[in-house]
Amino acid sequence: MLRLLSFALLLAVWWTAALFVGGAKLPSPPAVLEVMIAEASSGALFLHLGATLARVILAFVLAMSLGSAIGYLMGRVKLADRLGDPWLILLLNLPALVVIVLAYIWAGLTEAAAIAAIAINKLPTAIVTLREGTRTLDRSLDEMATVFAVPRWRAFRHVVLPQLAPYIAASARSGLSLVWKIVLVAELLGRPNGVGFEIGVAFQLFDTPRLLAYSLTFAAVVLVIETLLVQPFEARATRWRPRAA
Amino acid sequence: MRLEVEITGKTFKNAAGETHEVLASVKFALQSGEVGVLIGPSGCGKSTMLRIILGLDRDFSGHIARPPEARIGMVFQEPRLLPWRSVEQNVRLAAPGITDAKLSELFRILELEAHRSHFPGELSLGLARRVALARAFAVEPDLLVLDEPLASLDDALAGRLRDEIATLVASRPVMTLLVTHSLDDAIRLGDRLFVLSPRPARIVQEVPIGIPRAKRTEAELARIRSELAAVQLESK
Repeated sequence: MLRLLSFALLLAVWWTAALFVGGAKLPSPPAVLEVMIAEASSGALFLHLGATLARVILAFVLAMSLGSAIGYLMGRVKLADRLGDPWLILLLNLPALVVIVLAYIWAGLTEAAAIAAIAINKLPTAIVTLREGTRTLDRSLDEMATVFAVPRWRAFRHVVLPQLAPYIAASARSGLSLVWKIVLVAELLGRPNGVGFEIGVAFQLFDTPRLLAYSLTFAAVVLVIETLLVQPFEARATRWRPRAA
Repeated sequence: MRLEVEITGKTFKNAAGETHEVLASVKFALQSGEVGVLIGPSGCGKSTMLRIILGLDRDFSGHIARPPEARIGMVFQEPRLLPWRSVEQNVRLAAPGITDAKLSELFRILELEAHRSHFPGELSLGLARRVALARAFAVEPDLLVLDEPLASLDDALAGRLRDEIATLVASRPVMTLLVTHSLDDAIRLGDRLFVLSPRPARIVQEVPIGIPRAKRTEAELARIRSELAAVQLESK
């Protein structure tokens, strides 16, 4: 209820501002909705949304799985941590734009270059989060599993993973928002389709309604993914914890 | 089966880089069906000794001969249950092969039936200890290691759990190693007592208790207790 109210307030502010500023700079909500409907009925909206979403998913899965594995290794093995740490600091501080431009220069304006560049941007934060999570693992539980001769994979699945799950969920949540912000830049710079590409076109034409139509639709899709996938996973991962009163 | 323990030294370095000797000389053997008790003052290195015997710590001088096929059941000082698994799932993780009938029997003996589906966060310490015991017995161990399993429980509960341990130990041939600082637990459960000195620990005396557990009357226990008190006085 409160959420709806807050959303309504946002709409009201937007609408009022649009009246003052004028439709060219800030179109009113109905004007944006009109463009959304037009783009949706021509099918272009879904085409671009689909392309962007596919890139988000591929880059996200790539960065999360690779980042989690490296983070776990660095949390467990001191040598890996020592070796990997300088690389990690470099990656963490490398601007997204630099990675994307370099990837396009080195690998051409290809799909692989775009996805790799997006994944590399997410990779270091996934590593850092999982490394932290791995460092907090309860050694006494590891010992318990060892003494009871629980097979390695079973121990990983039932003793280690549940302890890492909250960290994976946190990393997934921040990762999703990071990836979808960067994917638009990568599309703007070197892809012939996707929401980022459309925003680039809209920018060249100063077409604000189109810009807002595409970005808001995409934001809505991300919100749905977040609510339907990430939040339930987070809730499941922390289900066993005693509820705070 | 037979467990042979021969530790000739164990040291560790503290944060300041100083070397401390934890264990000096500990040598004993244990047969199937026997309950050995390591008894000594708090902080004398008993838990370190257990870690060595269980293979969790390999940085020591000496030798441990433990049949490689020996199944180990362990009750740690803290219950060490997985908070995200129910009581039953905790037991089944350690003992995946246990039959439903055997599990139910164990839960009945330890009075855990009502708590099967509870999570460890919902259990009192006494209950969690019982789950840890159930887990240790569920694996049908050849070597059962109990590290202060009754510490910080009230007397009535400790007494009942002690009886339950005695019953379970009698029900199958198992080498049992009990670590305690309670003389009472030691003489009620043990067949042989290994009395340890303060750190660095060595075995001061080995005391066999000839009377079967079931026949230890209060009078017998009092006699053993006074004998042991004399031993401990001598060792000081």
